[in-house]
Amino acid sequence: MSNQSGIFSNAVNLSVTGAAQTSPADAADASQDDAVHDVVIVGSGPAGYTAAIYTARANFAPVVLAGSVTAGGELMNTTEVENYPGFVDGIMGPELMENMQQQAERFGADIRYEDVVSVELDGEIKTVTVEDGTVLRARAVIISTGSEYRKLGLPDEERLSGHGVSWCATCDGFFFKDREVAVVGGGDSAIEEATFLTKFADKVTLIHRRDQFRASDIMKQRAFDDPKIEILWNTRVAAIQGEDKVTALSLEDTVTGEASELPVAGVFVAIGSDPRVSLVKDQLELTVDNTIAVDGRSSTTSLPGVFAAGDVVDPTYRQAITAAGSGCVAAVDVEHYLAALDS
Amino acid sequence: MSSAKDVTDANFRTEVLENTKPTIVDFWAEWCGPCRQLGPVLDAIAAEYAEQVDVVKVNVDDNPAIASEYGITSIPAVYLFANGEVAKTSIGAKPKSALEKEFGEYLTPSA
Repeated sequence: MSNQSGIFSNAVNLSVTGAAQTSPADAADASQDDAVHDVVIVGSGPAGYTAAIYTARANFAPVVLAGSVTAGGELMNTTEVENYPGFVDGIMGPELMENMQQQAERFGADIRYEDVVSVELDGEIKTVTVEDGTVLRARAVIISTGSEYRKLGLPDEERLSGHGVSWCATCDGFFFKDREVAVVGGGDSAIEEATFLTKFADKVTLIHRRDQFRASDIMKQRAFDDPKIEILWNTRVAAIQGEDKVTALSLEDTVTGEASELPVAGVFVAIGSDPRVSLVKDQLELTVDNTIAVDGRSSTTSLPGVFAAGDVVDPTYRQAITAAGSGCVAAVDVEHYLAALDS
Repeated sequence: MSSAKDVTDANFRTEVLENTKPTIVDFWAEWCGPCRQLGPVLDAIAAEYAEQVDVVKVNVDDNPAIASEYGITSIPAVYLFANGEVAKTSIGAKPKSALEKEFGEYLTPSA
């Protein structure tokens, strides 16, 4: 499975984005949603949609705030997903997410393509405000906002975004036919990006700051076996060069400190991601990894009635299937919570 | 991808560069997930600002000349052309409010 996303698509934080689509019901009354919903789910990756499928089947009529351009989450930016169980020949990421969305809708989930701007999670009735000002009230909330791509933090990175700096090989690899490109990172997704890019590029240099990959063995082997991939160990990117577009990278050997230059037309950044917690960081307890803290194997957060699932609680595994499993956990926790409230 | 009109290498000049109205061009491809997500956003802009701008799309797979002429290396790429020149660019799938802000001066109703 590839894990990369377009820079703005998934990098856009839910809290700063705008509503693009409004369901007819909302258009009639833009600022008020009078119902107190049983559960509102923020986010629409595998965790959010799985939570929606389960809570919808349990007759809680979940409202899913799917995001205006982030709907479907990270998998929308991938191609073939080979490791999601049940699909013998693999499935395209966007198709998998569309299936999940339709499966949730089939059981009555109300999916709204809107962006959440703020949440109020304290108290028995929680509120979730979306971009157009509509305030939704709910007895339980599931936070499944996923993660967003880490940047290198270099001065010219932002300026050259879309002009050679990319976070999404599947989106942008096509534009580097017969060119030389670099991928920065050492995990599965970095190698996935590099391997994908060999379809187009003449040469792919994989730049990793350590002397071995974090990636799984099968992915490592793919990188080692690929004649188009060259690996630079113990190397960090010191600067990205280029006026209107990327022309080269300034590199530094992390052991010797020696500087060098690598001419490339593109650089793909795959150095991991950070949990998207800006909406909730002042209200929920976070872990040292900046994920939302949950109690043991449950989805229970530091506030009653607030549950969290998917990459936003997971500093370790971050797979489509673990996120889906985590969404199921949250749905079952919501069921138990609401049942206890009603008894 | 949006449901906007397809423009090609062959008619880019007449449809975009010679258009008297500012024209938003959505550079997209089938295999681009974020392009799919951006489509409905551009459709909404096309509908709401029909008086101010035209919205068209260019499939970069089928029309490599135009994509290459404008140095497109990331899609979705949304370029606004006015008087035959690139006036504004926006890279990536962004919400409507963000695009409205970036292209604001071309979207306000003329007095």
